[in-house]
Amino acid sequence: MAAKENRILLKHADEPSYTVDIDCYLKHGGYENLKKALGMKPEDIRLEVKASGLRGRGGAGFPCGVKWHDLVDRKSGNPIYLVCNCDESEPGTFKDRQLVHKDPHQLIEGMIISAYANDVKLAFLYIREEMPRGAQILEAAIEEARQKGFVGQNIAGSDYSCEIVVHRGAGAYICGEETGLIESLEGKRAYPRIKPPFFPAAKGLYMCPTIVNNVETLCNVVHIVGMGGEAYSKIGRPNNTGTRIWCVSGLVQKPGYYEIEPMTMKELLYDLCGGPLPGRKFKAVVPGGGSMKILDVNETYKDRDGKGFSFDEIMVDYDGIAAAGSMSGSSGMMVMDDSVDIPEALGNLIAFYAHESCGQCTPCREGSLWSKKILTRMCSGGAREEDTDLLLDLAGNIGGRTVCPMGFSTTWPIESYIGKFRSEFEEKAKDGYSSKKSFDERLIEK
Amino acid sequence: MSDEAKDDGLISVFIDDQEVRTKPGTNIIEVAKSIGLHIPHYCYHEKLSVSGNCRMCLVEMGLPGRDRATGKPMLNPDGSPKIMFFPGPAIACGTNASPNMHIKTKSKMVTDAREGVTEFLLANHPLDCPICDQAGECTLQEQSAEHGKGYSRFIEEKNVKPKRTVLGPRVMLDDERCVLCSRCIRFCQEVAKDDVLGFVERGSYSTLTCYPGKKLENNYSLNTVDICPVGALTSRDFRFKMRVWFLKTSQSIDTETSVGCNTEVWSREGKIYRITPRQNDEVNDCWMPDSGRALYQMVEAENRLQTNLVKGKEASIEVALREASALLADGSVAVVGSGRSSVEEQYLLKRLATALDDAPVSLVNRTGEGDGLLISADRNPNVRGALITDLIDELPKAQLSDLAEGIDSGAVETVLAVNEDLTEAGLTAEQLEKVHLVVIGTHQSATTDAADVVLAGMTVFEKSGTFVNQQFRLQKFEMAVPGPKTAMNDLVLLAALLANQTNEKVVSTVDSVWSELSSEISLLHGLSYASLPPSGQLLDASSYEDLPFVEGETLHYKPVALAST
Repeated sequence: MAAKENRILLKHADEPSYTVDIDCYLKHGGYENLKKALGMKPEDIRLEVKASGLRGRGGAGFPCGVKWHDLVDRKSGNPIYLVCNCDESEPGTFKDRQLVHKDPHQLIEGMIISAYANDVKLAFLYIREEMPRGAQILEAAIEEARQKGFVGQNIAGSDYSCEIVVHRGAGAYICGEETGLIESLEGKRAYPRIKPPFFPAAKGLYMCPTIVNNVETLCNVVHIVGMGGEAYSKIGRPNNTGTRIWCVSGLVQKPGYYEIEPMTMKELLYDLCGGPLPGRKFKAVVPGGGSMKILDVNETYKDRDGKGFSFDEIMVDYDGIAAAGSMSGSSGMMVMDDSVDIPEALGNLIAFYAHESCGQCTPCREGSLWSKKILTRMCSGGAREEDTDLLLDLAGNIGGRTVCPMGFSTTWPIESYIGKFRSEFEEKAKDGYSSKKSFDERLIEK
Repeated sequence: MSDEAKDDGLISVFIDDQEVRTKPGTNIIEVAKSIGLHIPHYCYHEKLSVSGNCRMCLVEMGLPGRDRATGKPMLNPDGSPKIMFFPGPAIACGTNASPNMHIKTKSKMVTDAREGVTEFLLANHPLDCPICDQAGECTLQEQSAEHGKGYSRFIEEKNVKPKRTVLGPRVMLDDERCVLCSRCIRFCQEVAKDDVLGFVERGSYSTLTCYPGKKLENNYSLNTVDICPVGALTSRDFRFKMRVWFLKTSQSIDTETSVGCNTEVWSREGKIYRITPRQNDEVNDCWMPDSGRALYQMVEAENRLQTNLVKGKEASIEVALREASALLADGSVAVVGSGRSSVEEQYLLKRLATALDDAPVSLVNRTGEGDGLLISADRNPNVRGALITDLIDELPKAQLSDLAEGIDSGAVETVLAVNEDLTEAGLTAEQLEKVHLVVIGTHQSATTDAADVVLAGMTVFEKSGTFVNQQFRLQKFEMAVPGPKTAMNDLVLLAALLANQTNEKVVSTVDSVWSELSSEISLLHGLSYASLPPSGQLLDASSYEDLPFVEGETLHYKPVALAST
């Protein structure tokens, strides 16, 4: 049987009659879960979320309930803030955009429930500059919700009050990093903070405990309250509960966003996405957004017990992709077929990270641009034999030595692209290689 | 000795297996410094907040392991705590000492990291070291030599950025040289409290800039040049003037105000090129005002007195001294001393005044507004010295009214003025006409023009001595440059005048004056110029507590009246 989507978050999103109006949302049972939540004790909601096994959808996959229940500093007496990270800027990721553009009230409901569960009185929604329409939709939706009493004073007739402030970014990838986002929210340049403090949950916005959650994570909270943590944990597979929205882009028949329970690569890429373009073969897949390590379609992977499994058998979820040596990240899946020149693809990607490096710390700032310059030269006829190893060595000098994890955004692609497709890089340095021809020209030749 | 905090409140940290006792929370760069180990860094500065961006101070860090299941400490077979090292390096500046922390500064991981960071910093750094003002005192040069690869793998084109951006009246920026350490930004925010600098653009193209409509023009702007680890920020005054390795430094004191910032005077062959702050954590930390750095210009100022004058005509020192002594010997003398004179000069002047039939002494008052940092309200560096040497027994009055009255009434016939322009202090030209006037001074003024005898003296840069600052801290300054040929050290001039009056031998070197000072003034017992530490010596101020000093609060100083608040 062909695999199918299981739409929970996107259940109504693409229905022709479904709009972003609050009336439409209410007609579909909207804000009922908020009312239910307000009848519960905040701690019980946190426990439900913990029981649901919900893991963060932003990239690291950190258990949401643990963040809420165990990490938040409730002893300091400082106000606790909730920040919704809607700075979706990882290359290949476009799921939060759907949730914001098509079902904003679901996100608002999720935020208010999450805020209530964590004794938050003021929540921030940080939306990236490149989503101007999304910001308008959200502003309008929050106003609607305020009119109906779901945001603001005495929410849904209870004595709980909470405001949501929409804050628009100024267009920087680094604002997706939670401490960079917090700095930006404070009105400063978005330089990620040095550790310690290790978690914003202890010291975040204005040095107060702060919960930063991804849009998709917060939307899930609505349904966890609705169906109960126990029931939610039965969706998917253990440690990978719930559905995830995968953003498939690149060279497949049907790119798009797919909300699925864990399934195999084959099921996702063939059953749902329709397989490769006519006459092409899949070559490689970046599974979780640009910064994640690339997977070679023709490689045999090994699990912990040493048992081999093919690319097609990789489970598309947190643990399945981790078992193949990469990460599910922000679930942006970029598919490359045999027409793709891997060094070119890497050069394109590293150009992005060099452009988006915030410039705060030396290794990422200088290393990303240097890597970009090398790759640009390699792909325009100036490759040298030693360049491949130089790239690897530079990556080694960046990874793990930076302020924030973005150093790995540069190094993981370099290390994995070269690791899996080294010959393509070495070929660039060989005499007679037609590397002076442009990418398009070579594509036509094929 | 590897237990947790003991009675002394200190904990043990192990750096390269060497045990160091330190306060909990001290950052590892400082802990290493305490055992003489330098951990290389660019962005870290001991007087500024930690920003952790240069990544040069990466070290390997380990903590005593705890069993996850039981929470009990993990032990080695020999019973010692098992140290679990982190898989990656940590920044020493942002790592605070905790009990039994282990730090490796020489492991392969650490040397690799330093080499990597150095290579990155050099990748886009311009190769203009031969003409760079920072050369010779450049952290990037030094640390590249020590921790760099020694060769370059960078064959790409370097970034091009603006080479000469004017940030303010005194500071120039070379963006290509900037390593984006943010020290200058933090200095402006945290010390100067004038938040005008920031970065724009991103990544390797980041550039330092002033916020729109702002300039780096506060009176502390040149400190950013001092703390810039590279040649990005340069002093527009010093730029391209001299290679720093040709300069010799002399310890000095900023004479602008009673704060007494410790300074270094940089000179070559009798010419001063710049003044920089000298660190004194009790007085000025690592900072000084821009205004104090410009003071060296007085040495070669156009109105500098080059010769001794008698009735406006050039005279030899012998003639000038003889004429001056003769005038003073006539009696009815009044003395005007200076809060800019050194303790030694004030002491000899006091003795001279006593020898002149207890001539009345007044001190010129000089006040302004304090800035709360390193400019105090009292613009004299050494009023307290005059109190200690008994030259005066009350704080100077705003105008020299007593002296003016004395002149008007005819009670004063001769005035001896030391290093002061009396017209600026309230006397009129007519009043100066009325009296015989003997002046010891360094610069031509209305007073020297009116004087019968002018004895050319030395500026603070041309002599040695001591000042007592607002904290009653005795601080010494030393001669940096020799001064004009015909000018004389003020001490020698005063000693000669005194000898002429008393027909006794009078000592005239700083050291010999100090042997008298220390025996005659109880507050200075046991002190000598030679043994005075560079950071100065705090004197007991209790007998002066009731005087209404004009200073408000400044860095490291709170007036007695405010101290309880």
